[in-house]
Amino acid sequence: MEKVLSQKFYDKMSKLEQRYPIRNALILPALHAAQEEFGWLPKEAMDEVAVFIGVHPAQIREVASFYTMYNLSPVGEKHLKICTNVSCMLRGAYDLVTHCEKKLQIKTGETTVDGKFTLSEEECLGACGTAPAMMVNDDYHENLSIERINQILEGRAP
Amino acid sequence: MNTLFVQHFGNDENRKLSYYTAQMMGYQAARRAILEMKPEQIIEDVKKSSIRGRGGAGFPTGMKWGFLPKESAKPKYLVCNADESEPGTFKDRDIIRYTPHLLIEGMIIGSYAIGCTHAYIYIRGEYTREAKILQEAIDEAYKNGFLGKGIFNSSFNLDVTLHRGAGAYICGEETALLNSLEGKRGEPRVKPPFPALVGAFSCPTAVNNVETIATVPHILNRGAEWYAKLGRIEKSGGTRLMSVSGHVKNPGVYEVEAGSITLRQLIEDHAGGCWKDKKIKAVIPGGSSAPVLTADEIDVVLDIEPFQKIGTMMGSGAVMVCDEDTDMVQLIWRITKFYAHESCGQCTPCREGCHWMEAILHRILHGAGAEKDLDMLLDIANNIGGKTLCALGDAAAGPVISFVKKFRTEFESYIRGQKKYA
Ligand SMILES: Cc1cc2nc3c(=O)[nH]c(=O)nc-3n(C[C@H](O)[C@H](O)[C@H](O)COP(=O)(O)O)c2cc1C
Repeated sequence: MEKVLSQKFYDKMSKLEQRYPIRNALILPALHAAQEEFGWLPKEAMDEVAVFIGVHPAQIREVASFYTMYNLSPVGEKHLKICTNVSCMLRGAYDLVTHCEKKLQIKTGETTVDGKFTLSEEECLGACGTAPAMMVNDDYHENLSIERINQILEGRAP
Repeated sequence: MNTLFVQHFGNDENRKLSYYTAQMMGYQAARRAILEMKPEQIIEDVKKSSIRGRGGAGFPTGMKWGFLPKESAKPKYLVCNADESEPGTFKDRDIIRYTPHLLIEGMIIGSYAIGCTHAYIYIRGEYTREAKILQEAIDEAYKNGFLGKGIFNSSFNLDVTLHRGAGAYICGEETALLNSLEGKRGEPRVKPPFPALVGAFSCPTAVNNVETIATVPHILNRGAEWYAKLGRIEKSGGTRLMSVSGHVKNPGVYEVEAGSITLRQLIEDHAGGCWKDKKIKAVIPGGSSAPVLTADEIDVVLDIEPFQKIGTMMGSGAVMVCDEDTDMVQLIWRITKFYAHESCGQCTPCREGCHWMEAILHRILHGAGAEKDLDMLLDIANNIGGKTLCALGDAAAGPVISFVKKFRTEFESYIRGQKKYA
């Protein structure tokens, strides 16, 4: 099997190895590290994680599919995850979702044809004091308004 | 009002070790604990402080630590629950990003007390910035000899490892968290055995919330009796971090002495009251898992027992305020959709029931509900609560029951076609 994960992945893992009494505890950190390399988890990457950990590939897939942060299919360059849970909903999150759907001409859960944006609804992000909030890839954006969203979509925001 | 945390929140500079040692008696409690106290003394002090867990269940912390076997052939673990996933809760995030060393010092004291030499902090995957801040603080603590081998030149060693989750509400439940830490799906375990005997890596384990652990240095520094007196209600002492959000003028984290004010005072005097000069219709007082209160019920004293007495719970201290225009049917549909999404799928009543409830609420909201739906909702809810391995089932059932009971006419207007979903 040809390797798809970089040396950086293996360096990171070898540092973590001593920190757990069982090898399987490395599965979540390994999936995070693998996803960092591709933006999602291709089958080849998960298979290589399985070999690295020493478990059957099905076991890696079983774990990866449980957690929402692991992308089992490719996502856009910018993955917008808008929280629509209680506090964000009370402060207008669904208006933001509708606005994004219109502006990007996609439905929630879809990716734009140019591959630039994926739009998702997210469960509570723990940013309720600064609602509405969303994640773009790994970063939080809080106190959102339609104007802020436009800035982000048009690349005018950091 | 005494506060232990909030005066240090809001400024990024405060997360540094230099601030912590200069302004917050940094690592003095841990030094005294390790050099001058026996582990049992610490547990005794934590018991005397009468602090109860801040993660949601309110279990007495000293008692929990006392459940771990003193002698154990296997290693023992302290695991900090930084999953913070109960909707409405955002207090642990502030502790982590503004006072990370307080959490680390609490981990040192707790680990010494229960006899743990490798502790874990399980942080929700979405908190990437917070994980980075916390890891930097951990590195700083290692560099300065507060972690690692021979802490304070004693024979006590401690490693702390930060472990990131990957998006799953259920991993806040302590046994699901332990499975997740072990590299499994986050499915709760059958109890007993409880984690105190069979926890992380099949070893005796104490799982505690961020706020609980971060309070321990304060308890040692100021004294258990002092801390216990902060709460006016007999069985739970101390201050509480309250996450207030929704339709209030000033959402945010507020710290109050438990039992010293009412829920209404928290909302009106601290969080600025209802926004846009509107009236309050309802308050969800302890995270989305807590049964809802109407505006007439919020003069309740802010503490664990008074909340229980009126049929709700303080949970994680997350207060969500709804103004007079809030659509309660839409709100409970959204809450139920959350539990349906987050049910791990192990127990049939929760896996199936949450989806049924969500489907019924969805059809009521979209004009296709029937009169019998409300009784059916209550029937399903009553068949989830208490019938599952973990408390997610109760968390899903309680709110539905309370919404239908307290806001029945709003459901009926939808069912009778008098109201349409906007
Ligand atoms: C579905 C569910 C989700 C939970 N989420 C959290 C959480 O995000 N953070 C937390 O500290 N406790 C959470 N808990 C409570 C934990 O199971 C556990 O009681 C707590 O971490 C113990 O710490 P404490 O005694 O310091 O409160 C949750 C419980 C359930 C049933």
